[in-house]
Amino acid sequence: MDLEFTEEQNLLKSAARNFLKNECPPSLMKEMREDERGYSQKLWDRMADLGWLGVMVPEEYGGIGGDFLDLSIIMESMGAVCCPGPYFSTVVSGLAILSGGSEEQKQRILPKMARGELILTPALMEPDAWFEVSSISTAATREGEDYILEGTKLFVDNAHIADYILCAARTDSGEGVSLFLVEGKAPGVRCTLLNTLAYDKQCEVVFDRVKVPAENILEEPGKKPALLEPLQEKATVAKCAEMVGGLQSVLDLTVTYAKEREQFGQPIGSFQAVQHHCADMVIDVDGARFITYQAAWRLAAGLPAGREAAMAKAWTSDAARRVTRLGLQVHGAISYCDEHDMHLFYRKAKAGEMAFGDSDHHLEKVARGLGL
Amino acid sequence: MRFQFTPEQEQFRLEVRKVLEKEVPLRWKELGYQIWEETDESWAITKEWNRKLGQKGWLALTWPPEYGGLGRSQVEQFILDEEMAAIGTPTGIETAITIGWVCPTIMIYGTGEQKQQYLPPAARGEITFCLGYSEPNAGSDLAALRTTAVEEGDGFLVNGQKVWTSIAHRADYCWLAARTDPEVPKHKGISMFIVDMKTPGITVRPLINMTGFHSFNEVFFDNVRVPGKNLVGQKNRGWYQLATALDFERSGVGTPARVKRMVEKLVQYCKETKRDGRLLADDSGIRRRLAQLSVEAEVLRILCYRITWLQTKGKVPNYEASVSKVFGAELLGRLTDVTMHILGPFSQIDRGSKWAPLQGEGLRLFLTSPSMGIGGGTNEIQKSIIATRGLGLPRK
Repeated sequence: MDLEFTEEQNLLKSAARNFLKNECPPSLMKEMREDERGYSQKLWDRMADLGWLGVMVPEEYGGIGGDFLDLSIIMESMGAVCCPGPYFSTVVSGLAILSGGSEEQKQRILPKMARGELILTPALMEPDAWFEVSSISTAATREGEDYILEGTKLFVDNAHIADYILCAARTDSGEGVSLFLVEGKAPGVRCTLLNTLAYDKQCEVVFDRVKVPAENILEEPGKKPALLEPLQEKATVAKCAEMVGGLQSVLDLTVTYAKEREQFGQPIGSFQAVQHHCADMVIDVDGARFITYQAAWRLAAGLPAGREAAMAKAWTSDAARRVTRLGLQVHGAISYCDEHDMHLFYRKAKAGEMAFGDSDHHLEKVARGLGL
Repeated sequence: MRFQFTPEQEQFRLEVRKVLEKEVPLRWKELGYQIWEETDESWAITKEWNRKLGQKGWLALTWPPEYGGLGRSQVEQFILDEEMAAIGTPTGIETAITIGWVCPTIMIYGTGEQKQQYLPPAARGEITFCLGYSEPNAGSDLAALRTTAVEEGDGFLVNGQKVWTSIAHRADYCWLAARTDPEVPKHKGISMFIVDMKTPGITVRPLINMTGFHSFNEVFFDNVRVPGKNLVGQKNRGWYQLATALDFERSGVGTPARVKRMVEKLVQYCKETKRDGRLLADDSGIRRRLAQLSVEAEVLRILCYRITWLQTKGKVPNYEASVSKVFGAELLGRLTDVTMHILGPFSQIDRGSKWAPLQGEGLRLFLTSPSMGIGGGTNEIQKSIIATRGLGLPRK
């Protein structure tokens, strides 16, 4: 066992930290709440220049051929500054294309994605289907070589600006759910922005008899679907990494504040009650970090990671609630102001908790793994 | 980064598992004892077990061969500890104190003679130390201790009282903290001694704990003569040696392994037990509670691994050890709650009855788990260490 990053990974980490600290302060999230697109094009282009969009894309498709730990490092750094925008949705969609797309699809999409020219997003949830594949009811009906999609997806990140939406739909060929690559501007695709807690750009997407041509079917319908669960697993762990970054920032902000803020003639950080709040935060953040790294490492190493991903999300989701609340508590009223950054982290932590399954959802997976 | 052991280490784990499965005394399994449930019988089994481990070189696995160890890595110690906790060996507080804390400190600060006299027999499982730390008015505020050691002739005269001294009635030696200079700030006038428990003037009085067992004691020192050669390290520098000893906690991986073992037992119980016509395993509340414990055990296991990993890097774990100590203690509390919840009214019945599920382990856990957040530094002290040493928050 070894809990240290490699030298290259440490370099990536400090480079990402420094870059985002300068180019993307948490206040950008606040600016973006008024911006309909929800991200800064300049920042996006620079992230593409740094190779982040193609971090896990092999060099033959124009990426830098990193592994899942590299992606986790970037996600953690983004979480640390509440970076808004379509990075996460694009990259995890790219992973599905990478693992399940045809050669033609990979050639067509991945190099452009790596250059920052495409925005992608997975559309998985529905009003009555949160995280269970078995509950998906969006229908894909065959018409000649094409498929016709019919249904409503919810909480689709950045769908309003997406070039491709990866839609999970139930086929009539009997083998359940497959992934379809739908052009964002295809006739019949209707996106409506939802007014969400964390100022992110989540959409309702209605697929009204949307035609998906054969070349955009990601997974051959009729075969047992193999892409959706790995996609969810990877998205879950990447989301955990982002959350860990946010929680560490909450802890850092809180400790700094506790050292500076004086009451009763001394720094509040000298009071035992405040110290113990901070210590509880350390336990949660350290735990979240290592349980997440464990899952990320398994994905990087190509090992089965279902159990570890579920454990990471279950713990990190609960820890996120505790850590952000304590952070707010130690800060007192100042953190309740819009001008302060704490509420941004509080919002992001909650959104992260709900993305790809909360602790109850993942605990049920763990329970099944225990033999219950 | 790598969250996996090497093939050699996995091989060692298999070897350990095989040996343990064969060697754990049958009687110990029958008794279903928790480690701190002290009786004459459990002590006899424990002593014999330690000698057996000593013969294999496994008791002090990481010590240099010259002191009776095998010079193996901290990672292998982690594996051994984890496997022993998982199967439930008769290894307890006596091993932690003697092998884990006192002897490594002697290895650093002791004289050549002290090392030769105490380390090899300890590694063979032949001698046991108790910790002469706490006093009636010096518990969490340990530096306030008042037991005195006054130089007299070529030795010291010790007077005072210790309390909560685990296994003092079994131990051969006391690792004693005593005040050697009352004039200086309180933590600067303390020295460490090795005191033979058979020395005249020592009285051990039992304190029966709430499980009904005799595990800790009051120890009285009445003009106890301690030879000068039994002073360990420099006079009046004892506080720093004591701090070193506290840093020598083992990885602490026993707790997650124990939680995991209990969760497995509960899973089995829930798959076999119906309540009001429904299998417990189908109850979503119970499923989540057990899954939650299993996640927490995994989180703690990695936090414990971090300690081992720091040790293998040559670093002394600091606040990290407090993180796993306090998390482990709190986790045992939650394990207790879930266990009692699942067993329901049956959890009140002690072993020996046909109505006592899991050999009465719920009841045992309920009675023993609170001690984990008190002994070895309370949760509150651990959290203060995390805050001041780990985060650099100001001391008051």
